[in-house]
Amino acid sequence: MNMINIKINNNDYQVKPGLTILEAAQEHGIKIPTLCHYPDLKINSDCRICSIEVKGKKNLLTACSTPVVEGMEIKTHSTKVLNARKTITELILTNHETNCTQCARNMNCELQSLSNQLGIDENRFEYRLVSQPKDTFNPSITRNPDLCIKCGRCIDVCKDVQDLTVLENFGRSHEVLVVPKYGKYLSDEDCTLCGQCSSVCPVAAITENDETEKVWTALNDESKHVIVQVAPSVRVSMGEEFGAEAGQAWTGQIVTALRYLGFDQVFDTDFTADLTILEEGNELLHRVHNGGTLPMMTSCCPGWVNFMEIEYPEMLDHLSTSKSPQQMFGAIAKTYYAQLKGLDPKDIYVVSVMPCTAKKYEAKREEMQSNEGIFDVDVVLTARELGKMVRQMGIDFLTLEEQEFDNPFGITTGAAAIFGATGGVMEAALRTVYEVVNEKPLEDLNFKSVRGMEGIKEAEVELKGLGKVKVAVAHTLKNARKVVEQMKAGESPYAFIEIMACPGGCIGGGGQPYNTTNAKREKRIEATYNVDEAMILRKSHENPYVHKLYEDFLVKPLGEKSHQYLHTHYKARN
Amino acid sequence: MLEKKLLTKRVGIVNPLSIDDYIKQDGYKQFKKALKMERISIIEEVEKSKLRGRAGAGFPAAIKMMAFAKEEAEHKYMICNADEGEPGNFKDRYLMENDPHSVLEGMLITAYATRATKAYIYIRGEYNKALSIMKWAVDEAKEKGFIGKNILGSDYDFDMEVRSGAGAYVVGEEFALIESIEGKSGRTRVKPPFPTEKGLFGYPTLINNVETFCNYPVIIEIGGKAFAKIGTASSTGTKLISLSGNVNQKGVYEIPFGVTIREVIETLGKGVPENRKIKMIQLGGACGPIIPEYMLDMKIDFDRFEDFESKTGAGAIIVMDERVDVFEVLHRIVNFFGHESCGRCTPCREGHPQLEILVKRFLNHEATSKDLLSLESLARVMHQTSLCGLGQSSPISIISTLGYFRDEYHDRIEFVGKV
Repeated sequence: MNMINIKINNNDYQVKPGLTILEAAQEHGIKIPTLCHYPDLKINSDCRICSIEVKGKKNLLTACSTPVVEGMEIKTHSTKVLNARKTITELILTNHETNCTQCARNMNCELQSLSNQLGIDENRFEYRLVSQPKDTFNPSITRNPDLCIKCGRCIDVCKDVQDLTVLENFGRSHEVLVVPKYGKYLSDEDCTLCGQCSSVCPVAAITENDETEKVWTALNDESKHVIVQVAPSVRVSMGEEFGAEAGQAWTGQIVTALRYLGFDQVFDTDFTADLTILEEGNELLHRVHNGGTLPMMTSCCPGWVNFMEIEYPEMLDHLSTSKSPQQMFGAIAKTYYAQLKGLDPKDIYVVSVMPCTAKKYEAKREEMQSNEGIFDVDVVLTARELGKMVRQMGIDFLTLEEQEFDNPFGITTGAAAIFGATGGVMEAALRTVYEVVNEKPLEDLNFKSVRGMEGIKEAEVELKGLGKVKVAVAHTLKNARKVVEQMKAGESPYAFIEIMACPGGCIGGGGQPYNTTNAKREKRIEATYNVDEAMILRKSHENPYVHKLYEDFLVKPLGEKSHQYLHTHYKARN
Repeated sequence: MLEKKLLTKRVGIVNPLSIDDYIKQDGYKQFKKALKMERISIIEEVEKSKLRGRAGAGFPAAIKMMAFAKEEAEHKYMICNADEGEPGNFKDRYLMENDPHSVLEGMLITAYATRATKAYIYIRGEYNKALSIMKWAVDEAKEKGFIGKNILGSDYDFDMEVRSGAGAYVVGEEFALIESIEGKSGRTRVKPPFPTEKGLFGYPTLINNVETFCNYPVIIEIGGKAFAKIGTASSTGTKLISLSGNVNQKGVYEIPFGVTIREVIETLGKGVPENRKIKMIQLGGACGPIIPEYMLDMKIDFDRFEDFESKTGAGAIIVMDERVDVFEVLHRIVNFFGHESCGRCTPCREGHPQLEILVKRFLNHEATSKDLLSLESLARVMHQTSLCGLGQSSPISIISTLGYFRDEYHDRIEFVGKV
């Protein structure tokens, strides 16, 4: 490859052609600050923070959008450039609620860091924020327009990653606002609540609904038996919340931290992920043998379920009726576990730690009550909210000793562990369905064709009496739509389809630690499969405690109790 | 004779609503001539003519034309930018209302030379009369076979459509205009890619101003070489000047480049009413620099205008006499652009309200010396960092007056202890 010669701040560099100035500088350790720019999203160059000086150009250029050219002479931190960045940041701050110490993103805010980096200790311009009402009317996400800096990331992630246009720019000039397209507030009638917008927001303009206070209250309530479940994908991201590199599992530290916070029992959602596989796998076989609606589609992702209920209400029959692992856990906790412990379900308080904002909505669905008037899951925390509680408690997370989950919901399999990555539910299901149908052990457990960040993946499996069965896996709602449209056109060759609303699956969820990028998603996926490899049990149907649950309580998959507690139904919205 | 009527020779003579009248006066003759020429030699004539775009920036027309001609695509669009939204400019309206077919003829020559497949004429929302006339003219040209399939037996197909905006200033900017034609709200895009590579609906697009198009029949008629002899070395041909403000005879005048501003005001505009003194003039429109009276002997020329770091080449001259308060003018300009900003990039969106606040302090004699520094810094940063021409050029009036009328700023500063 012919390298390009450029000068940055009077030093000579050779860089690859096709790079932007921002990328070229970064490769050589020169950090140009950005604000609207986000890896994996399109380049808008709206904020103008990355302005740089190029010799021969009268105006400053934006590093994020300008490609390097042979002989280019760039100044990234000249007085002219620094003054421009400072001025632009001051301008942003004139129209942003600057109550930094009373903000959810205090010490974790890109605008605050930028302001600090530029040394802004005074704003020369007049504060002129016109306050707008907060949007707090859905169970998952809060929008505070007073904090919005109009960077456009939320609009782009919604449109370009999810192929939805829930958020858009409204108005023009200094009155421009980012607003929900179909009304004043975000609602479950148009928004899937996937929370990707909250994950890319550089400030606290879009956040998950903070429910940590409820959990503290429950933990301090002597009359409550407070238990917690931890989603598979949270264990491979939690360290990042405290500054660790992506790509490691933090299972033991999470368990310890939750015990320190005061939970009575610390359980694993992986357990009910195994349970989900038994119910969903048997549901698939039942549909295949009894002429049920095919392809069957997974339903453990609430963002995806919301998408179907909103956009394709005529196709809800395709969704598996099996509840998600989170909801199966809640149901079992307030029935079987209550009996086991001799507790009144009213006194059991179930907290979930999820990578997801839509899970908050799922827990509040009216169908999710195994005992009338009592929700199976009381509070859902995102990974970020758990991070907040751990910090509030003064726990040094990264140096914690590793402890193990409590039983009876602590023994799990590798199949459950991979639920968090795109393709994981499919792979787990195939491991079980193959062995149940073919009545022989699977030689190679690893279905590598359904792993990884490719948008739509396929696999084929030989099943006794059915021949070669095709399955598909898709992640992001943009890819989900493609798969559904194919079904709608009657051209779907698949029997079973796994869909996750977020890029990379739950490991890339809207409730994961900030600064999630595709590069980090890849690392979390890698960590996920490492967890699987290290497990002794790697197939859901081998989980001894799941067997015990069926023996003691449920009787059999798809049985009467399963229908009562582990299956649900869907409804058209709007 | 100061005026030189090449583009406006038929104005007042030809009936704008009659294509027959236009043809009778040698109309479409140059298009027919072009159809018999090699495509490349048409572009070569334009190159020889040294024609520069008349929208303001003065980009060499042949370079843009050549880049567009080289693009291979299923659709190749042309846009005639008739969104003349810059306050103080009305020369495109003048051409469209008085000689619409000369615009179409220029477009047809360009289209043929570059193998464009379809053109949109995007007319400013407020220009009702021009809109009706242009629509009428396009229909007439279609009936006569100048637009459509197999034009005049040349085996060349070309379609044309007239569109109108909703009156947003920013839509004059080429990408905002493209967004508007695509049915979106008028917001600019990041360059590159440039419109000639990826423009309207993702296809190569050539955008020219009305006046630019009107030059092509002249170039075909007299040849590029002869055209280049008119005007000055760096700015060839004639320029339509929109003269307004405190002058006796406001209007559109066509002059060869090289005439001085003073000649235009005094000879063509017949001076200032009641012989008042000229205090300042604004060049190019509301986005242009404000210069003092002593600079009026400056020649009208692209390169000379470029010294002001502004796109002042559109040819507007707004005359302001001794009674005018600089800060009243600035306040109006800043408000105008603040309102017209699309709100996309930070400097323009958040900068305008602050400019307004600061200018108002000067207007009300309440400014401090700190305000002067803040205003100067802000105006320069907006000029240097805004995403499109609107935010880049709106502070030019402030930057130029900070240079030429700095005393007036100082006079408005409240010093401590001042009585």
